[in-house]
Amino acid sequence: MNLVAENLSYKPDEQFHLNEVSFNFEKGNIYTILGRTLSGKTTLLKTIAGLLTPDTGAMQFEDKDFLKVPVWERNIAMVYQQFINYPHLNVFENVAFPLKQRKVDDQLISDEVTKSLKSVGLEGYETRKIQELSGGQQQRVSLARSLVKNAKILLLDEPLVNLDYKLREQLREEFKNIFSQGLSENSIVVFSTTDPREAMEINGEVIVLDEGKVLQVGPAKEIFENPKTLKVAEISNDPPMNILKASIETNKIKFEEIEVELPNHLSNLKEKNFNLGIRASDIKLSDSGFEFEVELAEISGSETLLHLKRGNSRIIVSIEEVLNFNIHDKVKISFNISKIYAFNENGVLSSSPFGGSYV
Amino acid sequence: MGKLYKFLKYFFITFWAVFVVAPFLWALTTSFKDFNSVNGGATYIPWVDFEPKLEGWRVLIKSPANGGVDIIEPYFNSLFVTCTASLISIVLGTLSAYALSRFTFKAGFVKNNDITFFFISQRIMPPIVLSIPFFLFLGAINLLDSLIGLIVVYIVLLMPIAVWIMVDFFNKVPREIDETALIDGCNPYQAFFKVVLPNSIPGLIVAGMFCIIFGWIDFFFAFILTFTEVQLLPVKIVALNSSITPWWSLSASALVSVAPLIIVAFIVERYLSKGNLSGAIK
Repeated sequence: MNLVAENLSYKPDEQFHLNEVSFNFEKGNIYTILGRTLSGKTTLLKTIAGLLTPDTGAMQFEDKDFLKVPVWERNIAMVYQQFINYPHLNVFENVAFPLKQRKVDDQLISDEVTKSLKSVGLEGYETRKIQELSGGQQQRVSLARSLVKNAKILLLDEPLVNLDYKLREQLREEFKNIFSQGLSENSIVVFSTTDPREAMEINGEVIVLDEGKVLQVGPAKEIFENPKTLKVAEISNDPPMNILKASIETNKIKFEEIEVELPNHLSNLKEKNFNLGIRASDIKLSDSGFEFEVELAEISGSETLLHLKRGNSRIIVSIEEVLNFNIHDKVKISFNISKIYAFNENGVLSSSPFGGSYV
Repeated sequence: MGKLYKFLKYFFITFWAVFVVAPFLWALTTSFKDFNSVNGGATYIPWVDFEPKLEGWRVLIKSPANGGVDIIEPYFNSLFVTCTASLISIVLGTLSAYALSRFTFKAGFVKNNDITFFFISQRIMPPIVLSIPFFLFLGAINLLDSLIGLIVVYIVLLMPIAVWIMVDFFNKVPREIDETALIDGCNPYQAFFKVVLPNSIPGLIVAGMFCIIFGWIDFFFAFILTFTEVQLLPVKIVALNSSITPWWSLSASALVSVAPLIIVAFIVERYLSKGNLSGAIK
């Protein structure tokens, strides 16, 4: 009864848009596809929707060969990152459209549409034209239209990305509410995003996608704590995890002429040379630390992102307050060594602070 | 700077407007004149310069036996041929434009753009090149000098315009709208008729108007492909242009023949400026 895909590949041009993607989506769960732009997220969702036919592979849903079912018979719902609605219909007619298409009784349509508009906070907007709504409201209309169908598979393709900061926060809360109360046991929700924080907040099963390939599958917490490869560590952290070339010498980690103590979780590392990974938030300003040069200081919201350089290495540090720096300033920083990740020379996680290892 | 620009702008607009409107005003006043007012030197303002008469307009509907020119039959022939050909061109053109915009065709080196270009290339050719094949073709199927034959020829002339305008229009309608319609349970035909078409009305109107304009003003094919049975308005009016027909009825017939185009121009102007799809996609 699950949505099962095996080795889906899609290669319309030189590059793979999907490369041997397999998954097993269970009903009643939320799945987050995390990947950068052009990683194949939209292609994957369109393939599930039936808008694209993969070159090879198979997909089953409810004991049917899903690839043979045409889009309009699949009983799915999809929200695009652009706000897609029917411009010639008003808000009520937009939400009612999929039900009308199913020839549902008028009274029932009216009830369902009202309920659905209420759940996205748009009651009272029924007779408005789509063009008169703000971006956030338009996106809520398309969300209401996809909820009203009670579809067995709900696909959300970066639904928050084109909204401004405040609206995004607000709508993300609403999403969480809708996910927690509104969804029946019978539906699968697939949510795609480029934002690791969004993936962590939604807290479902995460699929990390890059260049059409699935890099890692697991609960959000697991992806965060034990990223399988350097690439996953990069994609699943914002700002990306800092990676430094390091070596171990007599109970010390050496990198860029810096020596720090070897933390316990790295004590039985086999290789001498490795890629050291550390999150921007695990580095602090400290007077007794090591000297780095400021290349750029960005203030985003209430934090400051410092881009630092020492020798050939560049790192990003996030500081939880707004501070002003000039370019070429010298700052001293210290590393929280208990949070150091080690990746071997092939980029595979060999030791993490949370005890994971894929070597 | 701003003031000078504004002055120049309105100066040129006024100049151009006078340049364009003057012949029409001249024709309008002339159509109400009689022999004395025309031949007695330049006169401009009715009731002041000359006494307006309706003789020029009456001649238009009189039969030739009563000294009239009878443009009613050619007028309705022209209306019928233009409207029918435009309607068929719009229906066929819209369907092919949608296909060209949404689906990928490939036959050897021929792709979507080549097919679109093929349609447009029908208009690039000088009409004289087409005249002989059309003549022979209509002769072979016995449709020379008939309304049906003219409609067939006009469809060939007008459909490229419809395809060209509609391909461009459909390319601007986001594909995601079709996809959303499919996801919402429409099959491809329903998606086209229930969602894409209602959102393409401005494009349809513009394409329709262009077809009507080009169909209505065509003289060349109407002249070559008809002889005695059927006559279209442009041919009739040119035939009037002789020393026998008085100036006032010539002016009146000219005005009658451009009237539909003036109406069309006003509608096109309204829709050309708002042929966008704001709100479909941000």
